[in-house]
Amino acid sequence: MKDFKDSAAREKVPFWLDPKKRAILFQLMTFAMVGLLAYYLTSNTLINLEKQSIATGFSFLQKESSFEIGESLIPYSAANTYARALLVGALNTIKVAFIGIVLTIILGTIIGMARLSTNWLLSKLAAIYIEFMQDIPILLQLFFWYAIFYETLPSSQEALNPGAGIYLSNRGVAFTIPEPHPAHLYMLLAFLVGCVIVYLIRRWARKRQEKTGQIFPVFLVSMGILVGFPLLTWWVLGAPLKMNVPKLGGFNFEGGLTVSPEFIALLLGLVLYTAAFVAEVVRAGIQSVSKGQREAAMSIGLRPVPVLNLVILPQALRVIVPPLTSQMLNLTKNSSLAVAIGYPDFVSVANTTINQTGQSIEGVALIMAVYLFFSLSTSVFMNWYNKRVALVER
Amino acid sequence: MKVFKCFTMVLMLLAVGSMAVAGTLDEVRAKGVVTAGVNPGVAGFSMPDEKGVWKGLDVDTAKAIAAAVFGDVNKVKYVALTAVQRLPALQSKEVDVLCRNTTATLTRETVNGLNFVHPNYYDGQGFLISNKKKVKTAKGLKGATVCTLPGTTTEMNAADYFRKNAMPWKPVVIESNAELNKAFFAGRCDVLTSDASQLAAVRSVAPNPDDYIILPEIISKEPLAPAVRHGDDQWYDIVNWTVMALIEAEELGITSSNVDEMLKSTDPQIQRFLGVNPGFGKALGLDEKWAYNIIKQVGNYGEIFDRNVGPKTPLKLDRGLNNLWTKGGLMYAIPFR
Amino acid sequence: MKQVVQAEEIRPPITHIGVIGWVKNNLFNGVFNSILTVVTLFLLWKVVPPFFRWAFIDSAWHTTSQACREAAGACWSIISMNYRFILFGFYPYEEQWRPLLSMLILFGLLFYSRDRSHWKKPLAYGWIIGLFTMGLLMKGGILGLPSVESTQWGGLPLTLLLAVFGLTAAYPLGVILALGRRSRMPGVKILCILYIEMIRGVPLISLLFMSSIIFPLFLPEGVTFNKILRAQVAIILFTAAYIAEVVRGGLQGMSRGQYEAAESIGLNYYLTMRLVILPQALKIVIPPTVSILISAFKDTSLVVIIALFDLLKTTQSVLSNPEWMGFSREAYVFVAILYFLGCFSMSNYSRKLEKELSRGD
Repeated sequence: MKDFKDSAAREKVPFWLDPKKRAILFQLMTFAMVGLLAYYLTSNTLINLEKQSIATGFSFLQKESSFEIGESLIPYSAANTYARALLVGALNTIKVAFIGIVLTIILGTIIGMARLSTNWLLSKLAAIYIEFMQDIPILLQLFFWYAIFYETLPSSQEALNPGAGIYLSNRGVAFTIPEPHPAHLYMLLAFLVGCVIVYLIRRWARKRQEKTGQIFPVFLVSMGILVGFPLLTWWVLGAPLKMNVPKLGGFNFEGGLTVSPEFIALLLGLVLYTAAFVAEVVRAGIQSVSKGQREAAMSIGLRPVPVLNLVILPQALRVIVPPLTSQMLNLTKNSSLAVAIGYPDFVSVANTTINQTGQSIEGVALIMAVYLFFSLSTSVFMNWYNKRVALVER
Repeated sequence: MKVFKCFTMVLMLLAVGSMAVAGTLDEVRAKGVVTAGVNPGVAGFSMPDEKGVWKGLDVDTAKAIAAAVFGDVNKVKYVALTAVQRLPALQSKEVDVLCRNTTATLTRETVNGLNFVHPNYYDGQGFLISNKKKVKTAKGLKGATVCTLPGTTTEMNAADYFRKNAMPWKPVVIESNAELNKAFFAGRCDVLTSDASQLAAVRSVAPNPDDYIILPEIISKEPLAPAVRHGDDQWYDIVNWTVMALIEAEELGITSSNVDEMLKSTDPQIQRFLGVNPGFGKALGLDEKWAYNIIKQVGNYGEIFDRNVGPKTPLKLDRGLNNLWTKGGLMYAIPFR
Repeated sequence: MKQVVQAEEIRPPITHIGVIGWVKNNLFNGVFNSILTVVTLFLLWKVVPPFFRWAFIDSAWHTTSQACREAAGACWSIISMNYRFILFGFYPYEEQWRPLLSMLILFGLLFYSRDRSHWKKPLAYGWIIGLFTMGLLMKGGILGLPSVESTQWGGLPLTLLLAVFGLTAAYPLGVILALGRRSRMPGVKILCILYIEMIRGVPLISLLFMSSIIFPLFLPEGVTFNKILRAQVAIILFTAAYIAEVVRGGLQGMSRGQYEAAESIGLNYYLTMRLVILPQALKIVIPPTVSILISAFKDTSLVVIIALFDLLKTTQSVLSNPEWMGFSREAYVFVAILYFLGCFSMSNYSRKLEKELSRGD
């Protein structure tokens, strides 16, 4: 063995046959090529920009935007800067993505459970839903819901009134909301305090159960605290009952809370579409837990709810979380299609900015940067959560 | 290794491409067509008919350029561009000229690197509204929901107007004309704001045109002009003087039907214009018959206007500002001398 | 023994077999399920008959738009009167048999490729010839066919073109990227990871914007590609990143032994991959690859946003015609059915394939 090695060393190996050197050479070549390509494209771009005297740089962000945005979470007017307009767009994206993700998980779980139900009819209906929604492009669904919304619903003068204080028209849905009152802030505080207390109670109850075997009705007590605390605060502070009812103004509903058709169509499209994929993920996750686990849990006398909570879910979640993360990211990315139906999300605002300033490179770069940020931060969070779930399962 | 080969090939290909840098006129001649950026669909300005043939005032302007360069109106390639695509498309040479009802502004001429030629349509922004809303003036639009296209001068003018008059409003901004009009007719918004000519076009395609009125206020100046890139004066001259020729021909009374007789005219102005007395063609780098070709194949400005947007079309637009200066309008060609 | 004979004679109670037994077992097993069944049946009763009425009984099938507006149900006339524009866009009217023929060739090839026993060399040649013929048919310019600029292509052929060429080009690129990501060379690995994660982190629409707005600025003066080609490139780059991730899954599924065995018989990297690893890895990932295929097919609809006249855009164009304004439901249902047929047959096929592969033949 030693002899062989020595002889190999003595015979000089040409460098292109030495895997290590070859690897280095190959990498250098790859880098050189990528660098060359990048240099080539950048220099072209610079020449082109220079030649046509197109402005570059991000200084436009500080200029007055002079366009209005339909809906915004923060105060905004045409007198604000482009930077603020883009922030409004980003917040709108976050809004629709956040609400969309929550609703999608709920709906997706329900449909996934229905798919697994022993009820033949329900299971088949869920299967049809999943297949159908997965096979139609999301953009088409968005156009469809948007068109349905404004073509089917009446004008605001003849708005439908399905429940007290709710008006449905082609201008969106107007809700009655409570008149702003300082009590609301305290109610929110009470709710947060309630959350902390519930958390403590749960920990205490688990410990006690582990020690003594006695079961504490955690769910009922938690619900009581979470609902009761804010209600009590509300009552103590004089029970303000004044409501902000939407009224028909000259053109639109004024007062109350109006949700725009663009937002509803976008949310509806995203949720219905993504829920179909989430349902499949949930189904696969639950099916991945073998039947024996359930039977074993039941044989030691656990009832259905603890079986699900303590045995099935912890194992299923481990399978569910990674694909669920990518579905959530898909939803966020798909929310960029808002530009097609006029919801002012980030892409839509950036689009307008590009159009007004003519600085397309900066605009598209901003879009990409913002979505990369969303994607990466979501994956970081989900990875952290995934690790937690995995640890719990052990 | 395969990857490497591909890269080198691509690089070589691009390098070869980059050597051929020439003036726009030479490029256009080499390609054999004028590539014109047009709107994907505005009735009267550029719109494909049911057989997919482009028609409209902007389209005719593009044809006039082709007639000037090649003597053949069919040598145009149309590229449909959305609002956000139009400037980059011109900047990157995807199109040679933009005939896409684009408003000439300071920013676009400087920061965006375009040059606008003489406007081929003077427009102004107005409001289209349903009769049922019982609004007679734009001052009554307080709290209205307004449909508009994104990133156009329109959107900014509307913002300025409502700000100036301290009226709250709600914009609905949709990327495509088609979707926007559909939303407006379905009542998604109370008012549609755009250039008055476009409003007329939208109204003309309404399910019931008489249900809609255009409010009397015109809130902005919108000189719609063809545009070319910065830095190619020869090509700028050609496009500019093509538009001038359309106007001058109307002023001289030359039409597509009488242009052949006019060749025999003794008027030295007409003789110079039609290239009977040569000189202008050479100055522009074109055939001496360039103006003759334009008028013969496309017609003068008045003919183009009447054919596409005039009173006999569904748009029913008056000449107004777009009349000759001799008739109270703004169409004024610099002397052909 | 006696008992056994007896057992043969006693039949199970009527409530456990046949229709009644099935209904009892599958619909009414337990109180909760029974309630669910009743509620679902009620909802179905509320939804399905009116829909059926709208779609088939009260509907107008081949009338003018005027007659359509008077009909109580669906107006399918918007499709039957405009189907040629919806399907073929700006393609010259008299020449529309050419895209039709191209599509038929494509469907024929797809249908023939369904059977795995046909997956041999001749099929590959068939595809190459087929794709070439289709391109020629569409483009024209020879054999007496008038030339049709690609800017005039539209409708369903454009959708299929973007999807088919997008996938054929993205697949090899994706495999290379996946190999790069698994490479032992850190430089190559980092580049591939960067590319894959960047692309997967941004929405397709931003790439389409890039291709349609700023890509031309990257090129030297005078070099331009047409809009369809640029959108195609964006779709290829996008899809490749997703394929790379799927293929990586397959590569990870290979046991070390496979690599070692290949090395031990002296195969170099290229041969190891080509002869040993990839054939196995790619086979494992056929089902997820088909789902990438499905989403790529659906994603082609996004080119609407950059004003390419694909199937969805031509439909919208018809809808913006004042004569047919307001029939979005019917038009979108029609387009949805087309997309559904495409995607459903693909996903069905993938399930079938999955079964075959798991049988291990």
